[in-house]
Amino acid sequence: MNVLLDYLPEFRDGFLGTLAITASSGLLALVLGVLIAGFRVSPIPPLRAFGTGWVTVLRNTPLTLLFLVAFFVVPQILFQGASPFVLATLALGFYTSSFVCEAVRSGINTVPLGQAEAARSIGMTFTQTLRLIVLPQATRTVLAPLSSILIALTKNSAIAGAFSFAELFSVSKLLNDKGYTVAWIFLWTALGYLVITFSISGLFRLLERRMGVAR
Amino acid sequence: MSEVSVTENAGGPAPAADRLVVLDHVNKHFGALHVLQDIDLTINRGEVVVVIGPSGSGKSTLCRTINRLETIDSGSITIDGKPLPQEGRELARLRADVGMVFQSFNLFAHKTVLENVMLGQTKVRRTDKAKAAEKARALLDRVGVGTQADKYPAQLSGGQQQRVAIARALAMDPKVMLFDEPTSALDPEMINEVLDVMQQLARDGMTMVVVTHEMGFARSAANRVVFMADGRIVEEAEPNQFFNNPRSERAKDFLSKILHH
Repeated sequence: MNVLLDYLPEFRDGFLGTLAITASSGLLALVLGVLIAGFRVSPIPPLRAFGTGWVTVLRNTPLTLLFLVAFFVVPQILFQGASPFVLATLALGFYTSSFVCEAVRSGINTVPLGQAEAARSIGMTFTQTLRLIVLPQATRTVLAPLSSILIALTKNSAIAGAFSFAELFSVSKLLNDKGYTVAWIFLWTALGYLVITFSISGLFRLLERRMGVAR
Repeated sequence: MSEVSVTENAGGPAPAADRLVVLDHVNKHFGALHVLQDIDLTINRGEVVVVIGPSGSGKSTLCRTINRLETIDSGSITIDGKPLPQEGRELARLRADVGMVFQSFNLFAHKTVLENVMLGQTKVRRTDKAKAAEKARALLDRVGVGTQADKYPAQLSGGQQQRVAIARALAMDPKVMLFDEPTSALDPEMINEVLDVMQQLARDGMTMVVVTHEMGFARSAANRVVFMADGRIVEEAEPNQFFNNPRSERAKDFLSKILHH
């Protein structure tokens, strides 16, 4: 019990760290995921191949390995001197984008083909068809898997703690090393995660209820 | 004189201006099935061509190749003198000039009726919103569903949905309208309200290709009936001639099965 009160600032910073890394990499994953899903259903074969490659590589690579690449290879080539926050966002965002892509693609496949045909037949381009007709109707089906993916992302963000980014898991490790009772540390840490994951599922439940499409 | 011969070289024997849609030796396979076999078909401006034939004869496929919703394996299709381009912006621009009405309506489920008719105008033709809405309302009135403008497609009956779909296609000011079995998914009592709209369109001089099983419509509205069977055009004739005195055995057989009930 005392652990929380004695180290309240640390716990608070850890919680905010987890929140920040989840939000930033979640946003990156959503943007990239929708974009790559568009590539995967595009009529242009090179884009399709790129999308398939993206998903295959990122989805099948262990996240820890991606973190190693992000922290030890990427700074050598691209982002020299980037903060752990940026590098962790890249690793988590890219990894999660492959899952988002597949969820969005499955949503796209639930929209009847006739909708896209009707859009094309009035002269819409592929991008217009996807943006104006197909994706809005796919959104509702995608929400459920998307909320699971974002919750998984929240928990995956703990790996960033092992790569010198201050978040909940790294705080719990720190206090553990100082010899406090493990049970209490874990309880508070878990509560921090639960606040975030429950908020995500609540938000998505709300969205699902508001986005019903009558057919 | 020399000008005429130049157009003739480019477009063939008939005056090029009158020939709106030209299919030349069109072939298509679905796997082993040869659905379109060497199809030659010319549709002139202002003409109403009704395509009939048994199920699986390739008439829907034929209709869908005209705006390249189905690709073809060989041959050529030209619309208003321009060959159908590859998938891309160029094709999108051409499709805007070719209206299409589907068997299953395919109204945009997440948009209201009015938005359905406005969308092509604002996003493809870049008309401003107020003008597009005004035109959409006028068209909805013309097809008799003006009072339903703010509803969603799912709240409308099949016949109403199909009339909205016709309005949506007309909003683009198409050069030609393609109807792919527009009444086949409708309850019997709703068929006429859609056919009436199509009759009116035909009288107004719209160029139309209509795939249908409605023989009454073919008799009264068509300039020409095209009879297809097994992927071929078996017979092409003026409706009276076709229904009263078909030349081919295949057409006689088909008509004997559908007309004598």
